[in-house]
Amino acid sequence: MQTVAPKIQLPEKRDEWSAVRRSSKVKVAVHDLNFFYGRAQALHNISVEIPERIVMAFIGPSGCGKSTFLRTLNRMNDVIPATRVDGKVLIDDHDIYAPGTDVVELRRKVGMVFQKSNPFPKSIFDNVAYGLRINRITDSSSELAGRVEQALKDAALWTEVQDRLKSSALSLSGGQQQRLCIARALAIRPEVLLMDEPASALDPIATSKIEELIFDLKKQYTIVIVTHNMQQAARVSDTTAFFLLGKLIEVNTTEKMFTAPNEKLTEDYITGRFG
Amino acid sequence: MDLHRHLDDELSSLRDRVLLLGGEAEQALARAMYALGERDSEVAREVLDHDDQVDQLEVEIDRQCIDIIALRQPAARDLRFVISVAKMAPVLERIADHACNIARTAIDLNNEPELKSVIDLNRMADHALKMLRAALDAFTSSDAIAAREIIKSDSEINDLYNHTFHRLIELMVTEPVTATRDARLLFVAKHLERIGDYVTDICELTVYMAEAAFIKHTT
Repeated sequence: MQTVAPKIQLPEKRDEWSAVRRSSKVKVAVHDLNFFYGRAQALHNISVEIPERIVMAFIGPSGCGKSTFLRTLNRMNDVIPATRVDGKVLIDDHDIYAPGTDVVELRRKVGMVFQKSNPFPKSIFDNVAYGLRINRITDSSSELAGRVEQALKDAALWTEVQDRLKSSALSLSGGQQQRLCIARALAIRPEVLLMDEPASALDPIATSKIEELIFDLKKQYTIVIVTHNMQQAARVSDTTAFFLLGKLIEVNTTEKMFTAPNEKLTEDYITGRFG
Repeated sequence: MDLHRHLDDELSSLRDRVLLLGGEAEQALARAMYALGERDSEVAREVLDHDDQVDQLEVEIDRQCIDIIALRQPAARDLRFVISVAKMAPVLERIADHACNIARTAIDLNNEPELKSVIDLNRMADHALKMLRAALDAFTSSDAIAAREIIKSDSEINDLYNHTFHRLIELMVTEPVTATRDARLLFVAKHLERIGDYVTDICELTVYMAEAAFIKHTT
């Protein structure tokens, strides 16, 4: 009997950055962004578009401006005195530096996870519920509990803490604390998640859990991650941006970036021959 | 920067090894063809005896590639180089295997009366050797342009093979008494034609290494 082999549809190969941009809605668009710490210019004419629901990694040597740039995306640099920014950062086509922008609302929409986990000295439940309470997102205790549970599930922490939600968050391991901080950020349902070296202080197993989590979260969120670990960037991101001395040297699909970058400076950095 | 120097050293050592393997394959082919043309079974046996060392060299290159990928995590041009070498080593080893097959044929034919028919396999062999040397040079200098030219020249060896094939078939028909020996020469011609294909593979890997372009199955 003759059998017919099933026709296999190969996924579209998206190894070109232009193809990624064409096929995805732009979530964050940055145009000619300059940033100054006093008189020192930290970022020079950065322009980049971040498509929706992908993971973009920022890589580059220490002091290259990648974390500074990350913080411009939810105006976290506003709290640093004597800083100045010009250029545009559009999120869903809205300029977040336009006068009258509600910064609290912006940070609700653009959540952030830091290098060092920073749980509040409260219970696990209260840590996740914190943003919901101060933003008065719900008054219903059952809805609050539901949102906390969902956030903990989304952060892949629920099964580990469901029996001890009233325990102090400080009793959790380092990796669990970092996932708790991710749950706290997710509880208020942001649309963009900024992660500043979220796994740099974690052991390989905890790092792997964070990376798996990032992979799952990109189905719902646009994620921007700063990392010093190039293998991590290669593992978790769809697109990668390379910064050097405050300039964006290259942005490309991660596959292209790690196999055949367009710029020599990128190649030198990726192959460890920089400097 | 020391760590990067270690990687450079390892890549350099890998390049030396693959060139050594290329040299072994080239020499095996040249000596096998000499054994066939000069009816020198001693040289043919030397080719066969030496093949274990060629195999060993391929295994060492394999190991070295795996070590570099596992321990150094090369990226970009370094990654392309290591991947190209990892894929090139078995190709070179197979060229040496084809040379061994020619050497075996030489031993078999040397035990039989010499063929009077004039079949110029040396032209094919010379072309295959020239392609192989040029391919190794293109690899050494990461010269994608030269690699592409070598790929084009494979058609010449294919033409020579087709000509030889028809000539040998004619001989088998007209002189059935030598048909068995002619058939052996036909296999030698096929080995040489396959070596041309393998050299093409090497050149395709050189183009990938130099330009990150996949040209396999496009030419």
